[in-house]
Amino acid sequence: MEAAAGERAEPGNLAGVRHIILVLSGKGGVGKSTISTELALALRHQGKKVGILDVDLCGPSIPHMLRAQGKAVHQCDNGWVPVFVDQEQSISLMSVGFLLENPDEAVVWRGPKKHALIKQFVSDVAWGQLDYLVVDTPPGTSDEHMATMEALRPYRPLGALVVTTPQAVSIGDVRRELTFCKKTGLQVIGVIENMSGFTCPHCAECTNVFSSGSGEELARLAGVPFLGSVPLDSQLTRSLEEGRDFIQEFPKSTAYSALTSIAQRVVHRMSALCS
Amino acid sequence: MEEAPHGCPGADSAQAGRGASCQGCPNQRLCASGAGAAPDPAVEEIREKMKTVRHKLLVLSGKGGVGKSTFSAHLAHGLAEDGDTQVALLDIDICGPSIPKIMGLEGEQVHQSGSGWSPVYVDDNLGVMSVGFLLSSPDDAVIWRGPKKNGMIKQFLRDVDWGDVDYLIVDTPPGTSDEHLSVVQYLAAAHIDGAVILTTPQEVALQDVRKEISFCHKVKLPIIGVVENMSGFICPKCKKESQIFPPTTGGAEAMCQDLRIPLLGKVPLDPHIGKSCDKGQSFFVEAPDSPATAAYRSIIQRIRDFCNSHQSHAETLISP
Repeated sequence: MEAAAGERAEPGNLAGVRHIILVLSGKGGVGKSTISTELALALRHQGKKVGILDVDLCGPSIPHMLRAQGKAVHQCDNGWVPVFVDQEQSISLMSVGFLLENPDEAVVWRGPKKHALIKQFVSDVAWGQLDYLVVDTPPGTSDEHMATMEALRPYRPLGALVVTTPQAVSIGDVRRELTFCKKTGLQVIGVIENMSGFTCPHCAECTNVFSSGSGEELARLAGVPFLGSVPLDSQLTRSLEEGRDFIQEFPKSTAYSALTSIAQRVVHRMSALCS
Repeated sequence: MEEAPHGCPGADSAQAGRGASCQGCPNQRLCASGAGAAPDPAVEEIREKMKTVRHKLLVLSGKGGVGKSTFSAHLAHGLAEDGDTQVALLDIDICGPSIPKIMGLEGEQVHQSGSGWSPVYVDDNLGVMSVGFLLSSPDDAVIWRGPKKNGMIKQFLRDVDWGDVDYLIVDTPPGTSDEHLSVVQYLAAAHIDGAVILTTPQEVALQDVRKEISFCHKVKLPIIGVVENMSGFICPKCKKESQIFPPTTGGAEAMCQDLRIPLLGKVPLDPHIGKSCDKGQSFFVEAPDSPATAAYRSIIQRIRDFCNSHQSHAETLISP
């Protein structure tokens, strides 16, 4: 069911989107939603117009991270209207979290229904004009993962960011994710290593809390760019918990410089993808 | 929105595929045909197989990366410290198997015998099964649709020769998905003692734990309790505590009070745990005096106590 080489799907609601970035991880819990959120915020602070599509159907977190929980989704002629999370309307979000009546309800759906919803998310959201659409995919290589890939693959330019942690590297999940990208013909923008060490706020000692695998070495072995390491930062974690704009509020924290330089590299790599 | 799963009557219901809430669901045709309600003969076969397994525990988590597989591995190690206790660990995280690495069994293969697949043994009284043993390379990506994953889970439960087992620990994928439905359905006739739910302190993780709890209630799976992992970090140099994952809404403790579910314990973040997992060693052997080891042992004892009280209750019911 793959599109023929050179064939493009009718772009529809994605016609106004200049770049699509898939954020992937081999395992859940490596901070993929954190990276998706902070990447979107960092791009916004570079003056870009950004959309976030949260297709983690069973565990949507991004509405919480952007203090958008409970927002209502409205319908327009072209489909669903994404939720704007800032006053300037330069960052918008669509998530299954907005569609659940009860936030504590368990979403236990078999594959076909999930696939249909993912496809609907991709085709039926009226994004308008965006510089970047950041897609927070479900973790791992499973049904929803494949459905997301299949729904988005006709659109170009499409690039993948693989998020990992030192421990995820050591247990082989990232290699599987990179194998997945290769098998499915998805272009990898680069690898980001999250939770890379923690600096004690009391004595400045740096500890490798989560093991000692190397995302950088793995990226080199796999022949894909390494975009940077993001340290464990309790200010970042708390910021996400409270739905605040970490990029704007904590410019002196340890994670800030890592995130902004990663965003710059992503912009550079996505531009190169166009040529 | 109509797409919300609210009101699904369930594939077993007479209303399957015919209810108002079924409109628009891609599964509607299948449910209406009644195929979904036909009992899988494997359920009965699995019930027979499970007669030699005294206690069955599921380990769940709302989010990935909260240490669920690490916990499952150490629950297995802890229970197996008593040489007379036979322990089995089943990894049904089909797309992201990590148990072989954590248990130091990478590169091991599964052997077929007359009684079925043989588990891979860490110790005489601790056997492990995972899809990781069936892959030819650690780089292999398992890209399977739901039905194939469900088929593998069926095989793991029906075709593995566990022998006499005191505790079967099932390490499940994060969240609630096909695999969870499958394992609960296949084990329904065999009786599951209960679920242990792993989380970390922050609200974004607790949000998903509430979904796990809701899932357990829906499928009538008893909840043994919640474990809060990565609960504070002690700096190895200055020994002061930091909250890397802040419990902004009170952590698992407040949530458990609200929902009247036992909090089995809190495990602090200890860098040695990750190192032990890298080496495929039990953290209990590597760092026996660590506060994390003490926390684990306390939690394991509470799980043991739950199973024992559960067993005597079952025995009371059985005796004429």
